[in-house]
Amino acid sequence: MTSGKTESTRRSFFGILVASVSAVVGAMMSIPVLRFLLFPVFRSGDTAAWSALGDTGQFSGAGPFRAEVEVRRVDGWRVSTVKRAVWVVRNAQNQLLAVSDVCPHLGCSVPWRDDEQIFHCPCHHAKFRRSGDLLSGPSPRSLDPLPVKVEDGKLWVKYQVFRNLVSTREVIG
Amino acid sequence: MSDDSRTAFRPVAEWLERRIGWRKLMHEALDEPVPGGSRWAYVFGSGLLFIFISQIVTGICLSIYYVPSVDHAHTTVSFIQKVVWGGRFIRSLHSYGSSIMIILLMLHLTQTYVYGAYKSGRELLWLAGCLLFLLVLGMGFTGYLLPWDRRAYFATAVGTNIISEVPLVGPFFKTLLRGGAEMGTLTLSRFFVLHVFLIPAAIFAVIAAHLFLFRKAGAAGPPLSPEKLRVLEVRPFFPDQVVKDFVFGILLILLLGVLSALFPTRLGPVANPTDSTYVPRPEWYYLPAFQWLKYWRGGGILVGIVLIPAILFAMLFGIPFLDRSRRRAPLQRPVAVGGFFLVVGGLIFLGYQSSAEDRKDPAVRAKIAAQEDAEREYTKAPFEADEGPLALGARNGPAPQNLTPEAAKGALLFESEGCSSCHGAGGGGGEGLVKLWGMKDRYSDRQLADLMRSPRPAMLEGGMEASKLPDADLRALVAYVRATMNGKK
Repeated sequence: MTSGKTESTRRSFFGILVASVSAVVGAMMSIPVLRFLLFPVFRSGDTAAWSALGDTGQFSGAGPFRAEVEVRRVDGWRVSTVKRAVWVVRNAQNQLLAVSDVCPHLGCSVPWRDDEQIFHCPCHHAKFRRSGDLLSGPSPRSLDPLPVKVEDGKLWVKYQVFRNLVSTREVIG
Repeated sequence: MSDDSRTAFRPVAEWLERRIGWRKLMHEALDEPVPGGSRWAYVFGSGLLFIFISQIVTGICLSIYYVPSVDHAHTTVSFIQKVVWGGRFIRSLHSYGSSIMIILLMLHLTQTYVYGAYKSGRELLWLAGCLLFLLVLGMGFTGYLLPWDRRAYFATAVGTNIISEVPLVGPFFKTLLRGGAEMGTLTLSRFFVLHVFLIPAAIFAVIAAHLFLFRKAGAAGPPLSPEKLRVLEVRPFFPDQVVKDFVFGILLILLLGVLSALFPTRLGPVANPTDSTYVPRPEWYYLPAFQWLKYWRGGGILVGIVLIPAILFAMLFGIPFLDRSRRRAPLQRPVAVGGFFLVVGGLIFLGYQSSAEDRKDPAVRAKIAAQEDAEREYTKAPFEADEGPLALGARNGPAPQNLTPEAAKGALLFESEGCSSCHGAGGGGGEGLVKLWGMKDRYSDRQLADLMRSPRPAMLEGGMEASKLPDADLRALVAYVRATMNGKK
């Protein structure tokens, strides 16, 4: 073996060594950076808090009743109070329920139509019963029920946002 | 690599070679001749480059959340530190990285100086290096302010005031840098632009010039006369020196990672300009300069902080033009090398003196310890989000017209006695202010009055003064606090 050949082998060896060690070290260093960059993609979405809808007395009758909630929304490093609308409805057992007014199809606000006695989405004509159950149209599921509780004679709701266009409900915020 | 895989890659390699000419590039990059072969003494320059790249990556990460405004800077840094995944680690890497860069710079500069490597056609290379030294110090100075905590605020207030000591142009440059007479949101914007755009751009350009000039002049080799250098064996940069550089780089990365994981950097409470008791101290590498300023008074200031530093910097930049002999061995250049170590030793002594003086004075020592405790406590406290405008509006107390006459009098006293300058309008707190909301739930009227008459030590430290108001006025103030300052809704 000539010395030129030895030198060339030595250079190849160190070339591969330096390249592979830098690849390993680079991969190790990219772990914290990737973690940082991926925040908060995989964070659990259920951060909603309870907001008061009003006295239960004001929801007497068949409904549905439109109610506004003030939601304290955490937006990264700031919190703001935003207003959101919900529908207060009664189920078959005459219990008060709250459903989101956001259509599970493409997110339009769904109004109650007194003439038709149904919820009728103005965008793509999804129709829902008084209870929020799906009647017809492109929506993959019924209007989304929101967690409610009665405390001190007041109706409270947890305002949640759901993933649209899927048939199973998934809270995303 | 086996011969088989070589053959398999050959067509691709040839295709790329014809279009890029990478073999020549690799030859240029790797076969740089090193007189006398590789040495551990040569690793500091590459080390600087490694850390600089780490600073860029971590800096870009931090800038995803950072907002350069007095309203949000501190909250966003706190968000990075306390909420974002790995945020504390990334911020620590960036913070320790700056210190390690200064250390490497000193080592790189010392090695070059002692080896006399600025000689024989390397004057511009040396000048570019000196310029990089100043730019990196500038990065440290501008980056230090950005978290906008107490430490950052007061250190930079002192730092920018020094500029105004320079005769004629000083006050002009101080106002330009601060964006006004006082430190504020314009100062933060300016420092952000300097730290993130201007100085990094300059560093990129000067690094390019530095590397180009280095390759043009060639590696200087050991400190020998040109005759002896000529007979030394010349070895290529790759692999021996490259491997040494990489080993050093990996050790640096390990050091950074271990430091950041074990001793994560802290964030203090938000800057409070009204706190007149804060004892500011700069980052360790500015301590020598900080100590030096203590020795100069009156007319001497001009000599001490303008003339002498200017001469030293001129000598540092101009050393290739002053030390013109062909001798490179340090022992044959006693004046140049002796002078250098005299200055370095002086700087280390000044830095040591600064911390020794702080340790000797019990009051200062206690205050600095208390400040560090406050930092540790704030770092541990859970993240508190900024209130958006609507949320703030929803939390305002009852309008003043609903107050009883006594509470209304208290409302006026709250303004006239200067309570609101530290506690915010209506005691609502704010940037750097101490919120009073919820106080009334925790204390009786009697206790509130007592707190105003004789504040607790922690309150006195925060700048609160014992009230000397007559009893009736004090009752009015308590009534006002009682009537308006509800707890968090």
